[in-house]
Amino acid sequence: MHELSIAREIIAIVDAEMEKGHFDRVKAIHLRIGALSGVDPEALTFGFEAATMDTRLGGAKLVIQQVPVRANCRACGHEFTVEDLVFLCPQCQSIDVDVTQGQEMLIDHLVVD
Amino acid sequence: MEENVPIEKKVLSENDKLAAAIREMLAERKILALNLVSSPGSGKTSLLERTLKTLGDRLNMVLIAGDVQTENDAQRLMRAGGRMVRPIVTGGACHLDAKMVTRVLDDLDLTGTDVLFIENVGNLVCPSSYDLGEDMKVVLISTTEGDDKPLKYPAMFRRSSVFVINKIDLLGQSDFELAQVKENARQINGNLTTFEVSCRTGEGLQAWYQWLEDQVALKKGIRPTGL
Repeated sequence: MHELSIAREIIAIVDAEMEKGHFDRVKAIHLRIGALSGVDPEALTFGFEAATMDTRLGGAKLVIQQVPVRANCRACGHEFTVEDLVFLCPQCQSIDVDVTQGQEMLIDHLVVD
Repeated sequence: MEENVPIEKKVLSENDKLAAAIREMLAERKILALNLVSSPGSGKTSLLERTLKTLGDRLNMVLIAGDVQTENDAQRLMRAGGRMVRPIVTGGACHLDAKMVTRVLDDLDLTGTDVLFIENVGNLVCPSSYDLGEDMKVVLISTTEGDDKPLKYPAMFRRSSVFVINKIDLLGQSDFELAQVKENARQINGNLTTFEVSCRTGEGLQAWYQWLEDQVALKKGIRPTGL
């Protein structure tokens, strides 16, 4: 479970933004987490809540938007959503595909007061 | 008053920055870097021991051995002839990150090094999120594990370039099907270079050694023999 480490990275980035932006209260942190990012949203929420308890980020909500996996076929150029983890081009059946979306782990925006 | 503040920043941007610096430094020195990942007990240390014993005279190898506790793996690698072995004891953390690797590399004289092996903590989930500046991830599984592991850990198999199936001397002793594991891996990642080996008997390792030497040559900009 590395979600606690991930939560700490999020806290560090948000803390820096709070200093920079001069706002005192963060109500929500909106994340975009790819289905292939290796992060479990539930464990991340748990880790975040544990790590922010009794800090100025205590009570801030993690809002996680899960991003589906998409890939681009190198053989025919077709772009498709990867269903059930089959990395196979539905158009030409090639397995030579690049993942274009779904590996990311991003802080999208904050809702502040 | 409530307002939205756009951030658009990668959560692991600090790690990625350090990893990029490692990658650039290794590229300048033309050092091939491989990040070995697997469940505990698949044979990462055994593969490195074999590689040290066989190629130790021909390749200058630096090894970083990550462990949650103990320096046992690092000691095994030193006994196998590793001249530059450095342990990273994470003290509970389930993965290596680029900061830990940077700290070790900063203290090493890498002059003349051909290959850097980073043996990650035994874990197929967490290490997939952390770029360490490697050229490739090498994922291992052994025939005493489930042959559905590529499907269970797609993030890791998708990010890996090389797939080593270890303990093939034990095939038939469990329900592990070689054809099945390869099909499962192919479904997740069709571009994996695959090796079937036994680090106990040595079977299949010749192809791994050849591949490794070819990759070292490619990194140095030399056309390897046989390619």
